[in-house]
Formats: sequence, structure tokens, C-alpha cells
Amino acid sequence: MSENATDTVFEVFRQERKGQPFQHAGSVLAPDLRFAEIYAREQYGRRQESSALWLVRRDAIDELSDFPDEFDLKYRRVDGYSIKARLKEARERAGTQPS
Amino acid sequence: MEAEQVESRAAEFLEYLEAGGLVEAHDWMPDEYRARLRKFVEMHANSELMGVLPERDWILRAPTLQRKLALTAKIQDEVGHAQLLYRVVADLGKPRSACLDDLLAGRSKFHNVFHYPTRTWGDVGVIAWLVDAAAIVSQKALLKCSYAPYARIMKKICWEESFHILHGRDVVLALVTGTPAQFELVQEALDRWWGPLLQFHGTPIPASEDPMVRWRIKSQGNEAARQEFLDGYVPQILELGLELHDPKLRRNDEGVWEYTEPDWEELKAVVSGHGPASQERLDFRRRSRAEIEWIGRTVLAEAA
Repeated sequence: MSENATDTVFEVFRQERKGQPFQHAGSVLAPDLRFAEIYAREQYGRRQESSALWLVRRDAIDELSDFPDEFDLKYRRVDGYSIKARLKEARERAGTQPS
Repeated sequence: MEAEQVESRAAEFLEYLEAGGLVEAHDWMPDEYRARLRKFVEMHANSELMGVLPERDWILRAPTLQRKLALTAKIQDEVGHAQLLYRVVADLGKPRSACLDDLLAGRSKFHNVFHYPTRTWGDVGVIAWLVDAAAIVSQKALLKCSYAPYARIMKKICWEESFHILHGRDVVLALVTGTPAQFELVQEALDRWWGPLLQFHGTPIPASEDPMVRWRIKSQGNEAARQEFLDGYVPQILELGLELHDPKLRRNDEGVWEYTEPDWEELKAVVSGHGPASQERLDFRRRSRAEIEWIGRTVLAEAA
């Protein structure tokens, strides 16, 4: 269970059932993909708890984590639309009641 | 960073934690947080790794093939937990080989309950049922740990521990419904394990003074964990006709469990490597690490 200088971290993504999204499950440390597959199978699949696994070398992952919204572009979100007052006015004009 | 800046950043970090914030591996964290977290997860990993040895002794002596297979599966689970936890520690800056070096040199610790011998098959049942039950109380609280990679791994660990408790309870039930001699095996094992079990969650340091709780590494104080264990398991033990030989053990009118003060000196001595089986277990690990060293080399040569 000692690691070697050439060991690589593989991130493991797990799909619980067919059709479900793959979710990050953890990582394994292995000298190559073949061993990573064996370790991942034992760690995340031996109780039939996964329908599929993705193994990705950690250094192949490019993470983005800053999503600035300098201009507060509300029209892209539901909270950018406040229809209450206008709906009320439209109903009054039409002489209808809320359904 | 200037010392002053670090301090204000640490205060911000603490505020963030208090508001329920979660931390990822690459986030900035105060040195104290990283050090405490790493030491805690490392001890957890060591405990999973060392914790299989008392059970390993019984693989060949298990009474049936079914029990042999179940015990082997449980041991595989625990070693798997150690692997996952050492990954968490490695991402906090300490590689697995360094953790193993420290463990084998006696520089790091593992849980008190894994420093005792397993004398009979009754021990196997009591360990799998009650030691795992005590552990799962702590582990469930760790699902809310502020360090998210640890909390995520705990989900899988807790899921597997739930099988172990059932396996242990099944072993105990088979014995208490067997012959009087089999019943006595459980009672005798329980008598020996009760002390270590009550020590398991640690001294009753108030949660408000516990830095581990302040950093939200733990979400539960030691005494709260012990109370939860007693609340859940004393009734389950007594309903089988087993006895707990602590004259002070009772649930008082406020619903709080009272018990004879555990031997905290024993706990301290045991976890620092002076338990009845500490050195024998460490020797076993030292031997096996040396014996399997060639496998690593062979694998590496082939993979290169």
C-alpha cells in the first residue's frame, strides 16, 4: 500500500443507475490505468452499487470556479422577472379573477 | 502574507465555517485547520488499517464458511476505507508512505479498541456489532464535516458500516440463541470490551472548548457521541439477556446516561502504544510491509 514516485491519481466518477448523471466518487492512486481500473472496480463497484465508472487522470481535469456576474444579468434568471404587478393590472383591465 | 493578514483571513474562514461553509482541497485554509484535520483523518485511516488485524485472526477460525466469507468481506471493506482516507490525507499534503512510516514507528495513533486481543469468536461478534456501532455514531457526525472531501468519503464508509453492524448483530444473536456456553462467550467478551467501548469517544471535553468542534471538523462533542451510543445500544444489549456490570449505569430522569467514570489513564496509555496487543499488531504490519515490498517493485517495473 505504499505509493511509488510514478503513481498517478485517478479521479473516479460513478453512475448509480443507467441514465443517471456521473458523480464524483473519490480517487484512487495507481501506477497505470490497468491498476486504476482494478482499484476503482473494487472500491466503487463490488456491491453492484454502480452501473458505470469513469476514470480520469487528475492532471487532465481543468477546473473553472469563478463565474463573475459584473453586470448582474438578471434577465437570464427567473428572479429577473417580476410579473406580479403587471399581471394584476392586466386582470383588472380584462375584468377577470385569478384562476 | 503578513501575520496580521493571515489572522484576519483565519477569522473570515472561521466565520465562513460557522455559517455552514464547506471547504475543498484547493481552498485556502488556516494552518491550524489543515494540521488538525490531517491528524484526525490520518488517525481514522490508521484505525481502519489496524482495525482489521483483530478480525483477521479469526478468518481461519470462523465457525462456518458463510461466516468466513462475511468476515473476509468486512475486512476488505475496512482496508478499502483506509485507502480512501489515506487519499484524503495525501491531498492535504501528507503522502500515504509517510503515514505508514509514522504509524509503524509509533509516531501516530490508532483507535483504542484496536489495541486489545480477540480471545474468542464472541469477541468477533462484539467488535462487529458494538465497536462498529460506537464508530458509526462518530462517523455519522462526520457526514457534516466542514471539509467536504472527507464528508463525501464518509457517505460510502457509513453505507458499508451498516452491513458490518448487521453482520455483528447476527453473530451475537446466533450465539445468544445457542447453548449456554455460547451465550457465555458473548457475555465474557462483552465484559472485557465494555471498558474500552466507554472510553472510545474520548474524555468528556465540553463541545464549546473542543477545537475540533469549533472548526466543524467534528459536529458532535465526545460526551454527546457516548450518550447517543448508550441510548441506542444499552437497550439492545439488555433485551438479549446480557448483563452490563456497571453498578452506576442508568438513564436518569433527564434522559442522561450515568456510568462509572471510564479509566482515562488506560485510554491514554493504550493509544500511545501501550495496549495489550499494540506492539504485536504493529510488528505484524512492519513484517507484512517488508514482505510485500517486492510486489510494489514488480508492479512498478511492469507498469513503467
